[in-house]
Amino acid sequence: MLNIARRLKSADVLGINRRNAQYTLPHNARRLYPLVDNKARTKQLAMAMGIPVPELYGIIDYEHQRRNLHELLERYPDFVVKPARGSGGKGIVMITGRQGQLYRKVNGQVLSWDDLKHHVSNILAGMYSLGGQPDQALLEYHVLIDPVFQAISYQGVPDIRIVIFLGVPVMAMVRLPTRQSEGKANLHQGAIGAGIDIVTGITLDAVRKNQIVTEQPDTGFPVSGIQVPHWDTMLKTSARCHEMTGLGYQGADFVLDRDKGALLLEVNARPGLNIQIANQAGLHNRLKLVEQHQQSLKSVDDRVAFARQHFAAQ
Amino acid sequence: MNNRHLYVLTSLLILAGLALFSYKLLVLHFPLSPDSQVKIWDMEVRVSFLAKDRPIKVSLYIPRTSSNYALLDENLVSRGYGTRIRKVAGNRQVVWSIRKASGQQTLYYRATLQKLRSPDELAPAKPEPLQAGKSDLKGARLMAAMAVVDDIRARSVDTDMLVSELMMRLNAPKLNQNLDLLLGSAPTELTRARTAVDILQLAGLQARIAHGVQLSEFQRDLNVVHWLQVLQRDHWRPYDLATGEAGVSDDYYLIWHSNKSLIKMRGGKQLKATISVVLNKTAALYGILLQSKADMPALYKFSLHSLPVDKQATYHIMLLIPLGALLLVFLRNVIGIKTFGTFMPVLIALAFRETQLLWGLILFSLVIAAGLMVRLYLERLKLLLVPRLASVLIVVILLITALSIFSDNLGLERGLSIALFPMVIMTMTIERMSIVWEELGRKEAMQQGIGSLAVAALAYIVMINQQMNHLVFVFPEILLVVLALSLLLGRYSGYRLLELIRFRALLRGSS
Repeated sequence: MLNIARRLKSADVLGINRRNAQYTLPHNARRLYPLVDNKARTKQLAMAMGIPVPELYGIIDYEHQRRNLHELLERYPDFVVKPARGSGGKGIVMITGRQGQLYRKVNGQVLSWDDLKHHVSNILAGMYSLGGQPDQALLEYHVLIDPVFQAISYQGVPDIRIVIFLGVPVMAMVRLPTRQSEGKANLHQGAIGAGIDIVTGITLDAVRKNQIVTEQPDTGFPVSGIQVPHWDTMLKTSARCHEMTGLGYQGADFVLDRDKGALLLEVNARPGLNIQIANQAGLHNRLKLVEQHQQSLKSVDDRVAFARQHFAAQ
Repeated sequence: MNNRHLYVLTSLLILAGLALFSYKLLVLHFPLSPDSQVKIWDMEVRVSFLAKDRPIKVSLYIPRTSSNYALLDENLVSRGYGTRIRKVAGNRQVVWSIRKASGQQTLYYRATLQKLRSPDELAPAKPEPLQAGKSDLKGARLMAAMAVVDDIRARSVDTDMLVSELMMRLNAPKLNQNLDLLLGSAPTELTRARTAVDILQLAGLQARIAHGVQLSEFQRDLNVVHWLQVLQRDHWRPYDLATGEAGVSDDYYLIWHSNKSLIKMRGGKQLKATISVVLNKTAALYGILLQSKADMPALYKFSLHSLPVDKQATYHIMLLIPLGALLLVFLRNVIGIKTFGTFMPVLIALAFRETQLLWGLILFSLVIAAGLMVRLYLERLKLLLVPRLASVLIVVILLITALSIFSDNLGLERGLSIALFPMVIMTMTIERMSIVWEELGRKEAMQQGIGSLAVAALAYIVMINQQMNHLVFVFPEILLVVLALSLLLGRYSGYRLLELIRFRALLRGSS
């Protein structure tokens, strides 16, 4: 065990205690958390800075507004319902189509109008929010999967996580939904995580449940060596997240839309550490390097250039 | 983040905690273990007499903390009598009085004594100024006494020898003329003692007769023992009456010193006083507490022991929670075990104290499993959050009630203690577990559930420990150290044990 600890340390793997004690607690002011814990506010912030986000169709704050839900959704054949304060992808329902009073979920299951209303009620009552506080339900644009990812994701839409420290993108991965993860891009639930080379935007080896995999288990297509489209834009946008939220250590989640390109989905103030497994690399040395050069990294372009210079995949 | 600040703070806390702890341990001798015992004597003076419808007044000499025994506690049992404790010529005396009484009367004086670890540990009471040392010897008796003084003075160089010479003469089977005159025929021990005091005073020494008891394991109807005390350098030095040697057995306990007798009565008949002692081995703590109550009222007042006993019980439990919490911090942040709710396992562990571990685990699992089934069924009804939580709470209470009745009918007494389970906590556990079940799968839910139970069981083992219980209650300052440790763990940035397993996949590529 001690040996493993020593080897992890020499590989600069960041543990959760160190992440909290040295990065999130000192660099992320508590008052900034609401900006990212509430997805509606993050969306407003991003729009104010001209960062593309999935279009917001409507917000439901109160139980009685549920009645408007129907009219609101008449206009859109597909949409996503999500809690504003949800975490870990909990409570997100993606509707891909409708047949009369029935809504079809991304996995083919069908929801009745009552099911949908109940789900919205649960969101409002705080079932998915941190600490069970009352919440809002967001209705937004359902992202259309980019053809590049079509072959390597099962049902859902992959998302791209970039960890940003002091405005410098330090590590990135793409999370690919599988049958086991039920179309959700959540590593805990069995989604695949593939590291992305910061310099080129090309995917590296992938990891699924701590096992290295080379192909999508459901489709059989290789997952490494794929060029992620719009990579430069995403890198630059992620660097701008520092100015957007003010958080020192954060994770930005993007989705790639077939038509609209890279959209900022949400920002996380306590990004997980699994990204290290997906990249087969530790975060700690990269974070230390950024901290050392903090003074010279003022503009967005400087920071992106710094990342490209130092954080190439080995 | 400035870690130095934290280190200074924690060092201060640890220092303060350990300083207070060692003061109580080393100076006040608070026991470290709940099992250590001390010898405590219960002394009882039983006074009985016959009253005949007349006013009664009884006075009894009572002891105080002497140079070798501490008087920890005393009380009087005397229904209907007025009582007053007064000081008479350096002695303590209780005076019982009643306007009218008839028939057989019994009064009690009870005292609790503890042997001092080293004699004179408490500052010796300043000797009371003795009533003028004039003796009431007159005429021929005075002449005889003066002759004795001259005789013994000629043969001794110091007080010890003087007393020894005197007692040797007084106790000789064949008395010389002078002493024969002084003692009269058939002298008792007390007569000899009184004569000795007279002669010593004539020799210019301050002397008195000390009366007391010899403390033994158990004895009823103890005889009063007498010895001689001579003032030397502000100290009353004891001398054995039979041998005249300095020093008396250290189980002699002084009750009074005077020429008068132990008890005096006006208005009654057939007065009888019996003294009995019983040696009790009692928890060392009790002795210390009684002693500190007497010596250091402030310290006692600010200790938990000054609280009413039923309130103390609450603190016995409450003070253990920090230990459970520290354990929880360790298991979560250093080991990396996941639990439902931050402090849920500690609260469950508290409930286990009542049910015992095995029954606690069984009953807890039963209620959670049944509650989870109901909760998963309620999921179908699509209820709103708060009413759903309320429903689960009601179901939990019904389950607990049913289990209690059921186990009582089966004659399983343990089953009844389930009522002490924190119901709201269990409800929240069921709700959280069902959400994890739905969101992350059965495996994750079971893992966290078992993790919570394991942590609760460990916390229970720590909190049930008698030694721990004793330590935090007697030395609550230990909690300052616990606080310091949890502050330090708050800045622990090393890997969690379970992270080592989680990140192992990362090493395979690199090595």
